[in-house]
Parts: sequence; C-alpha cells; structure tokens
Amino acid sequence: MLVFLLAHAIGNDYLFYAGYIVVQYIVLATAWNILGGYCGYVNFGSAAFFALGAYTSVFFHKTYPLPIPALLVIAAGVSGLVGLGTGYLTLRLRGAFFAIATLALAVVLQTLVVNWNYVGGSRGAYVIRPSDIEILGVKLDYIQYLFLIIILLAAIAVTIARAIERSKLGYGFATIRDDELAAEASGVPTLKLKLIATTLSGALMGMAGAPFPYYIGYLEPASAFGLPYAVNSIAMPLIGGTTSWVGPLIGSILLGTLQQVATVTISSAVNLLLVGVLLVAFVIIAPNGLVGLMQPHLRRMGWTWRRPSSKSKASASASAASSPSTEST
Amino acid sequence: MYVSADLLLNALVAGLLLGGFYAAVTVGISVSFGILDIVNIAHPGFIIVGSYIAYIVNAQFGLDPIIVGILGLPAFYALGALTYQVYYLSFEKRGQEALRGLAFFFGLLFITEVVLILVFGVDYRYVNTPYVDKTVTVGLVQLPMRMVVPCVMSLVMLAALQLFLTRTFLGRAIMAVAQDQLALRLMAANPIKIKRIAFAVSIATCALAGAFLIIIQPVEPSIGREYIGRVFAICVLGGLGSLPGTLIGAMLLGIVESFTATFYGPSWAPAVAFGLLLLTLAVRPAGLMGR
Repeated sequence: MLVFLLAHAIGNDYLFYAGYIVVQYIVLATAWNILGGYCGYVNFGSAAFFALGAYTSVFFHKTYPLPIPALLVIAAGVSGLVGLGTGYLTLRLRGAFFAIATLALAVVLQTLVVNWNYVGGSRGAYVIRPSDIEILGVKLDYIQYLFLIIILLAAIAVTIARAIERSKLGYGFATIRDDELAAEASGVPTLKLKLIATTLSGALMGMAGAPFPYYIGYLEPASAFGLPYAVNSIAMPLIGGTTSWVGPLIGSILLGTLQQVATVTISSAVNLLLVGVLLVAFVIIAPNGLVGLMQPHLRRMGWTWRRPSSKSKASASASAASSPSTEST
Repeated sequence: MYVSADLLLNALVAGLLLGGFYAAVTVGISVSFGILDIVNIAHPGFIIVGSYIAYIVNAQFGLDPIIVGILGLPAFYALGALTYQVYYLSFEKRGQEALRGLAFFFGLLFITEVVLILVFGVDYRYVNTPYVDKTVTVGLVQLPMRMVVPCVMSLVMLAALQLFLTRTFLGRAIMAVAQDQLALRLMAANPIKIKRIAFAVSIATCALAGAFLIIIQPVEPSIGREYIGRVFAICVLGGLGSLPGTLIGAMLLGIVESFTATFYGPSWAPAVAFGLLLLTLAVRPAGLMGR
C-alpha cells in the first residue's frame, strides 16, 4: 500500500511502471522460494509459468474477456497443473533432472506460443485494457487497479510463504532440503510434499503473469518468456536469503529497485550483467544471502526472525518496513 | 502430403550430419554431467565463447576455425580447471552443489551471454572458409561441406576421447571417480585432482565444438540457450556418461529435428529436443545405453 500511495503521490508515470515491476518480482521470487528455498529444488522455468499466466489472459481476452480476478484463478489453475505435471514426470528422479526439465519446459511452451497464431504467434498480441473501473463505488484508473491487484498478490504470496514456514508442511519441506533420503526413510511423504510445493509455486507464478498483458498492453513471446524473469526469480531469493520469507522480499525489493535504477541510468544490458555477477558472487561468498549476513548483527541487537512471538518485532525491523506485506500480516 | 524419396533421403542425411555435430557439442556434458555428476548448464555458454574466438581469429588472420579450435584447447582446458576449482571450493566441498552450484552455473551462462552481447552486440557473426559454401552431390543426396567437415571432425574428436577414457590410465581413473570416490582415495589417488582434469577436458571440447558451430551456422550470443535442451536431451537419451550412447542420442535427435524441420517447418525444431528429453525422463530415465 505504501508503495502504491507513494507512487501515486509522486504521480510519475515511470515510477509507477517501475513499482509494478518490482512488486511483480516480489511475487515471482517468493513463489520460486517455496520450491527452491524451502525444498531445495531449482526451477529454471519461472519465465514459463509467468508467461503461461500471461498468455492465459491473452487467450481469454480474445475469446471471452473476463474480469482480472477470474483470470487470476484460471491462470493459477493452468500454471499449477503444468507445475504438477512437470513435477510428476521428473521429481521422482534426481534434483538435477527437475532443473533441466524446467529449462526444457520454457522452450517447449515458447515454441508452442510462437506457432499458435490465435494468441499472436511470434508477432505478439495487443491487449486493450479498459480505461477505468468502478469498485465499491470508487472510480479507479485501470492501471491503478492493476497495481492494487499485484500488490494484493504480493501480500498473498508472502503470507502463504510465511504460513508455510511455520507449519508442518514447512518442516516437511525443510527435511527434503536437508536430507531427502533420511526424510523418506523416516516416513515423510517426500514426493507428495514436493508436488505440493511445485504446484503452489507454479500457480503463484502464473498469477503474477495474469494481469501483466493488461498492464503492458502488448505481449510477445520473446519478452514474456524472457531470461530476465528466470534469472531474477532465482537471483532475488538467493541474494536475499532462501531460508525465510524475508529473504526473497528483501532480495526482490533491493535487486528490483537497483535494476530499475540501473536500466534508466546505465543500460538494460549492464543491469542484467549486474544481476548475473551479483548472483554468482552471492552464491560463492554469502550462501545464506543478505538475511544470513545480517542475522548475527540482528541477534546481537535482540531481533530474531524465527521466534513466533516476535511478529511485531520482525515486521518492525528495518528492511521490511516499506513492503506491502507488513500491513497485511 | 506427397513425400518424395530424395526429400526423405536428404532429410535423413542432413539429420545424420547434424547429429554428428551435436555429438561434439554434447560430449563435454557427457563427461561433466554424465561421469562427474556436475550439472554444468553453463556448457553451451563456453561453446559460444569458443565460437566467438574462432570468429575473431578468422576475421583477423583468416585462420581456419577448426585450427583455431585446436589451438584454443589448452586455454579452454585451463579455464575448465579454474572453473572446477571455484566450484569445488565453493559448493562441492560444502555440500551445496544441488541448489547453489546450479545457480552458479546458471549465473555463469547468463554472464557470458550478456558480456558477449555488450562486446559484440546481437548481430549474427559468421566465418569465411574455402569450404563453407561448397556442396558435393552424391547421387540424389546433397552434402553441404559446412555440415560434412564439422561432422567428420567431431567424430574424430569423439573417438579420441573414447580412446582416452578407456585405454589410458588417467582415463580409467576418471571413469573410476564416477563409480567410487572412496575406493579411489584408498588407492592413494586424489579424486579432486582427477575430477579437475576431467572437467577441464570437458570444457576443452568447447573450443572445438564452438568452432564447428560457427562453421555450421551464424552465431549470436543467445543461441547458447537453445543448446542447453539439446545437450541434456542427448546426454540423457544416450545414457549418462556413455560416449557411444552420446553419439547414438545425438544422431537420433539430429534425424528427428531434421525431419521436423523438413515436414513441419523449422520453427518447431527447438521444441523437439525438449519434448524428447521430457519423454525420456518420463519413460526411461536411464537412457538407451544407461547402466
């Protein structure tokens, strides 16, 4: 909400656009982390799930225009099912196969979309959005409406991640990450848990994609399946820290903002290079990300992330202050 | 649709030639992923670097790309050894290769791509050699030399590597690393050193594979991504760590891709490899020649 009001108050169109992209990355990074950070399975196909959601919107826009909330649900269903399918085929094998299969998924889907003329093929598709919408008697600019939706999505994603972390499911995920064989041996239904994580993660990524075509107005395969989505949704959690919901949040806000600034001030190619270098540097030097780096200092000051009673403290702590999730949780 | 015999035959031959080249691209992955269990998804990135080196030297001095590739072997070997050392110290030693090691290679792939874009732009680059635009016709079959030369050279490279792995002491040690590291250590051999050598060899193949690539088609920085799916599909299809399997897998993929391109149009070709990969993973994850 804060971001929204801030962007609205300043009234700068670019800032508004940049804000949307950053919030969108919060959803993607958090979704990635549910599978990657909690279970330890790498998904290189974030772009595929995201584009799947986006193209679901395009498809319905052409056939029978539906309101955005309905599109969100459908996109979540489609992406979740694809996630489940991919997971079902490959999660019984070693982790590396799943990672490779997700890479494969992105290319297969992109080829399908390129060859499917109904949704625009390789030329792309224009999506004309209504100029405004009325909710509860308040007339809103459509762009602002979309902005509110993505913020809501980010809040939902972070809330889910946070809830998982403290639940039985989360502990199950952690056993998979730490030692899958031992977990399996002690009766943890690892395959079922992994499938839940993949489906959930895929569904959230699809939801992030659904409003995007309306927001951007024009969607083409090369940008919808763009490598930046895949790289960022991996880099953001790994740079922020993968073990808790705070990591992806910090990572996406910092890295997302940094990229928006770098795109404007330097160039878009350099900003991608920046992400790559940061990703490699962080996995080598700081395997636990920014959260891992900060943890000793925070503990000394009396903060802890994981203590269940410290909800207010956790949300009051420095870096989460500007995020939308703090208001919602 | 009417399908003539010579169209079919030409598609088949084109597929076999393409497959021979794919074998050269994949053989490095067969060593690093198949034998050493290192999921080096940055491999195609190294190949593209090899292509650009061949391009620069060819443009400057007019040297044949394949000679450039051979001269580049030691440099790529050193690069591979260095990469493995970083990988080992940062991930393998700490037991973090599953998540962060993968992210590391993904980052490397991404960095090479972006750096190449920054330096050379997104224009397609190609090389000039006397045989690039020549075609020999045998009966009904057309043999474009830009496919034949890389295919033959790649078979030579594959044979040399197979001999190295099965007939030399070092090669056998590399195969042994895949089976039992502890046993190797008990015999006073250092598995880390052997793995470093093997990984360096796998990267060294990129120098040549890159040279082949730029002979076959014009290269731009982001085509490496198309090859990720291909190399892993071939590697898994053929059976992990088996070089004869790699060759068979590569030929199969080459033929399937060539037929798809001939009968359905080239825009479907990229999906073929991935479809094949998903199918293999679902039906027979051990691959054709798998253990």
